[in-house]
Amino acid sequence: MNPLSQIRFLLRITRTHGIVRRYFVVNGFDGALTMLGLIMGFLISSSADLSVIINASLGAAIALGVSGVSSAYVSEKAERRRALGELEDTMITDLQESAHGEAARWVPMLIALVNGSAPLIISLLIISPLWLSRAGVLLFISPLYAAIIIAFLLIFLLGVFLGRVSGISWLRSGIQTLLIALVTILLIFLFAGG
Amino acid sequence: MVSVKRLVLDILKPHQPDALEFSCTLAKGGDDYRVGLTVIEMDENTETIQVVIEGSNINFEAIQSAITSMSGSLHSIDVVEVQSEPDKE
Repeated sequence: MNPLSQIRFLLRITRTHGIVRRYFVVNGFDGALTMLGLIMGFLISSSADLSVIINASLGAAIALGVSGVSSAYVSEKAERRRALGELEDTMITDLQESAHGEAARWVPMLIALVNGSAPLIISLLIISPLWLSRAGVLLFISPLYAAIIIAFLLIFLLGVFLGRVSGISWLRSGIQTLLIALVTILLIFLFAGG
Repeated sequence: MVSVKRLVLDILKPHQPDALEFSCTLAKGGDDYRVGLTVIEMDENTETIQVVIEGSNINFEAIQSAITSMSGSLHSIDVVEVQSEPDKE
């Protein structure tokens, strides 16, 4: 069995496809809105050096990633252990060397990886215009505005993904998540803009 | 040489992997295995199944290993058919 088939198999027997999907969206959203908030904060403040903005954003992105990995691993490991223990009690059999035992070891790592990499990757994509600008690449708009556009695009795409998963209109779902981003910006203007 | 031609096994397994995947994995153990699976009983977490395996020379250790790897538990061997064949020189 190739690695991808093996991963699909382990997710199938533990019925954790939904959890992986959910963590991807929830934490991807976390990363996107956190970066949006950070960029907006810099935008409405007095102008800051691009390096300061990049370092602050990168710090937040890394923290989100580490938080995602560690929290998901600890909680999922406990859940998988509990589920395996229940199954072993029911079957009065040691299942450590079975597929379920393997799943109890690997599925928490996989879920942790998704939980941590979703906000990290999305955050890095959002701040990519800042890096490009610092590297000397000419952008047609200010790097901060470009980062905000990318953030909106990614938030919309997360909404589209949610729409596909739940079987509702992808456009409606994408617009719903965009509205959440707009409300975030409004709140930032209201409380931090003054 | 004695060849195992047919086995009927009583197995307890979790719901996943499902019956189709379980029987396909057992069938992959040999070139000419024919596997029949019947779900006898079911509860919240597990199901009791009866598996019939037919082949020209069934490798029981491999079957047992496959059952264990799929989180199954072999409860009993209910029917066995074996045949003695002359050793091939």
